[in-house]
Amino acid sequence: MDISRLVSMANQIAAFFEAWPDKDEARKNVAQHLRNFWEPRMRKEIIDFVRNGGDGGLKSLAREAVLLLAAETQSANNAT
Amino acid sequence: MLSITDTDYGTPARRSEKLVSLEIDGRAVTVPAGTSVLRAAALVGIKIPKLCATDSLEPFGSCRLCLVEIKGRAGYPASCTTPVEDGMQVRTQSDKLQMLRRNVMELYISDHPLDCLTCPANGNCELQEMAGVVGLRHVRYGYDGKNHLSAPKDESNPYFVFDPSKCIVCSRCVRACEEIQGTFALTIHGRGFDSVISPGQREAFIDSECVSCGACVQACPTATLIEKSVIEKGQAEHTVVTTCGYCGVGCSFKAEMKGNEVVRMVPNKDGYPNLGHSCVKGRFAWGYATHPDRVTKPLIRERITDPWREVSWDEAIQYAATGLKRVQQKYGRYSIGAIASSRCTNEEAYLVQKLVRAVFGNNNVDTCARVCHSPTGYGLKTAFGTSAGTQDFASVLKADVIMVIGCNPTDGHPVFASMLKRRVREGAKLIVVDPRKIDLVKTPHVEATYHLQLRPGTNVALINAMAHVVVTEGLTNDAFIAERCDLRDYQLWKEFISRPYNSPEAVEPITGVPAHLIRSAARLYACGGNATIYYGLGVTEHSQGSTMVLGMANLAMATGNIGREGVGVNPLRGQNNVQGSCDVGSFPHELTGYRHISDPQVRAAFEREWGVKLDPEPGLRIPNMFDAALDGSFKGLYVQGEDIAQSDPNTQHVTAALRAMEFVIVQDLFLNETAKYAHVFLPGSSFLEKDGTFTNSERRISRVRKVMPPLAGKQDWEITVALANALDFPMKYSHPSEIMDEIARLTPTFAGVSYEKLDRLGSIQWPCNDKAPEGTPVMHVGQFVRGKGKFTITEYVPTSERTSPRYPLILTTGRILTQYNVGTQTRRTPNVIWHAEDLLEIHPHDAEQRGIRDGDWVEVVSRAGSTTLRAKITERVQPGVVYTTFHHPESRANVVTTENSDWATNCPEYKVTAVQVRLLKPLAEHREVGQPSLELTAAK
Repeated sequence: MDISRLVSMANQIAAFFEAWPDKDEARKNVAQHLRNFWEPRMRKEIIDFVRNGGDGGLKSLAREAVLLLAAETQSANNAT
Repeated sequence: MLSITDTDYGTPARRSEKLVSLEIDGRAVTVPAGTSVLRAAALVGIKIPKLCATDSLEPFGSCRLCLVEIKGRAGYPASCTTPVEDGMQVRTQSDKLQMLRRNVMELYISDHPLDCLTCPANGNCELQEMAGVVGLRHVRYGYDGKNHLSAPKDESNPYFVFDPSKCIVCSRCVRACEEIQGTFALTIHGRGFDSVISPGQREAFIDSECVSCGACVQACPTATLIEKSVIEKGQAEHTVVTTCGYCGVGCSFKAEMKGNEVVRMVPNKDGYPNLGHSCVKGRFAWGYATHPDRVTKPLIRERITDPWREVSWDEAIQYAATGLKRVQQKYGRYSIGAIASSRCTNEEAYLVQKLVRAVFGNNNVDTCARVCHSPTGYGLKTAFGTSAGTQDFASVLKADVIMVIGCNPTDGHPVFASMLKRRVREGAKLIVVDPRKIDLVKTPHVEATYHLQLRPGTNVALINAMAHVVVTEGLTNDAFIAERCDLRDYQLWKEFISRPYNSPEAVEPITGVPAHLIRSAARLYACGGNATIYYGLGVTEHSQGSTMVLGMANLAMATGNIGREGVGVNPLRGQNNVQGSCDVGSFPHELTGYRHISDPQVRAAFEREWGVKLDPEPGLRIPNMFDAALDGSFKGLYVQGEDIAQSDPNTQHVTAALRAMEFVIVQDLFLNETAKYAHVFLPGSSFLEKDGTFTNSERRISRVRKVMPPLAGKQDWEITVALANALDFPMKYSHPSEIMDEIARLTPTFAGVSYEKLDRLGSIQWPCNDKAPEGTPVMHVGQFVRGKGKFTITEYVPTSERTSPRYPLILTTGRILTQYNVGTQTRRTPNVIWHAEDLLEIHPHDAEQRGIRDGDWVEVVSRAGSTTLRAKITERVQPGVVYTTFHHPESRANVVTTENSDWATNCPEYKVTAVQVRLLKPLAEHREVGQPSLELTAAK
């Protein structure tokens, strides 16, 4: 899928949660939103993008959330 | 006239805890205080003759037919205007009363045509009936005197005729227009014998302010105002109660039938929520159901460039199933999906999502609610715990302050608008938040106290500023917050909302709304008594649609305006079953009752019921499907009852995605724009041709009843069943009631719903279960569904769709009373007489700068594309903002809208598109030849 579109969507989600005073909570909320509403191929593409060093204007909060999501996904996969 | 099966009690019911006992014709009667003698008599089966009285209108006392004798009182009072009193003894029949009534009738009939046998009201005419009741046998005055018998008919309205020669000037039509509809289009012109009913200033109906709601036609006791369909077809012989298929108000109607043919649709005066009222669409615009454009045979083709080939149902279903299997075998399990319709029934939407989850083996199912109210689902679930409005419509009648945000109820939800206007006429204050001067800002006997005319895209800044005022001026309801809300979340929100940048003064440059107006409106909302919010797509169809829903929920909780009658946060849903299609699991991440697909317990219940393993991951949303199609990973789509090629944003993107798919199935009434890209067309059925249920904006589940056989032979749910069976997944339903039973088994909020109960109660507002066996009109009473109400920080984030020197204007969109969404239905009715084309509203300043005159053809160019429209110069829009409707495909409004969408739900940002508007030349040519045939251009 068009990665620029996914980056844009992730940035929008991050922009909403950026106002949270607790940055850890904000990061978890962004990751949770991606987990709840993004279809797996979308999540995989943005995780691959970040892991491969892609930038594309991704906000730092979004990037942190994607990495958190990646870690959780990895851990879930290992558990199964 | 009333429906052939209606009972008319003469005057409206009164509510009172005090009961009054009296005697009528020797029979003891006990009724609530305030009840009229006429109604009290009718309630025990005593029929007092009447003409000017009807139970939908306040008593008037003009016809002098309902006279009675009351012991101890002089004279012969009109029973319609005489309230009951304890111990009253009433006599309804005597020689004197008979004589008085006959004399009155004699006068009426002396100026009335004697054409009963050929009159269209024959058999359902109150005047005719009363003449019989009073024993009129001759008219002493003759018929040669001055009369109105040669008064010309007004046939200008496409749906009804006004024949003043038959009028008895009872004023029922005038009062219906005032009391029920609230338009005040009719009046009595002249005095004495010269008194005549007049639309406006003696105009033709079509030229007057009449909105063709039909209230006057229903109120008329004669054939003076009568449907053209009744004139053409005669009186009906049976009725079927069903639910309107247009907007989210979900009006109850009696379909008056002759065999399988609809004679007319009459609003059901015993049915909720409309209680006998209607609008021009529901009452009159049903002719599309039998329009010659209906496709009645299944069609297939190999390539979208091939001509269609008519085939049998069996062949079409087999072809569809084979195509879906082929795509999945080639590209994998996740390469196909479906779109359920918010126009179809709950049962049909449920089956589509079941087909996807149980048969396709993925969760790639979505619904057209994606492009309208998906932010409502996200926002209200987050704040309150359930994805639905908090009130029933009748709650507005208990409101003291009504805030209307981003919706235009007089056009989009007319029957609710009539209730709202009635409440404002009774004294409630109105706040309108809208970029345009919608009718509610100022209309006869209704004027908004405040019109906050904000710039499109700045809703969140404005609602935050209102909340800032509430918090910083100490207007919060602290007791409510302490008892009902999560206090940690509240403290975080309070700190956020108190920041100076959220003040009205700080946001004035953003919203364009003077700070003092925001402050005053906030004070009124917080301190004016019961305050309620109604909102529409002007809230949701923004990049911050979900944030705005949360912002309104914050404001309501901060002021304690949740959990009782007269308050609340209420979406006005666009389509008839947006609420229902979402309730029954049409979103890719949720099963029925808004339960996430990742919840193993919920999933397990469905797996037991359906006998398959379900995928735990959310599926693709509609815009994601398009993106995935363009990247080659999504190749097959089953679309039930939605025209995505016309209704979804950035048409070029959508059509490119459809072209990229290998197999598309469209199920619809007509060969719509999407069908151009389809390989199979399965002819669907209209709401008149199917059984099922719709759920309206107030969570009311109402029965849809089949009044005629499906033109193409199958109801929509039967088509999905056939497709599932052809895909080797047996679906064995013999009636939609069995599908509802399955929904009830699997969904706690529907646990008590059944067709038997719906037939018994008429309708049910969910939640309906052991705790609320007959449903729940008002939600969150005493406690929120989620436990504690959740305040959420709602930072204003400007949309990325910005104006620039190249695109200096903001285009926003909406709809008009007589047309409906993309017009698939209403364009195939005489409603086109009122709205034959979409127009671009532009402010005089913006028009002058561009040399545009009223009626000129203009080109509207955005970053996505361009289209052409005729200009309408009006101050309804503010400078810098242009507006259009999207009811006609040739307008191609969605060619210019962009893919910007809500951050949480991907609901498209239809309401904000930066555009330039240019005058097209030469003007004279355009006027002569009609719309210029410009090629669709992509500015990207």
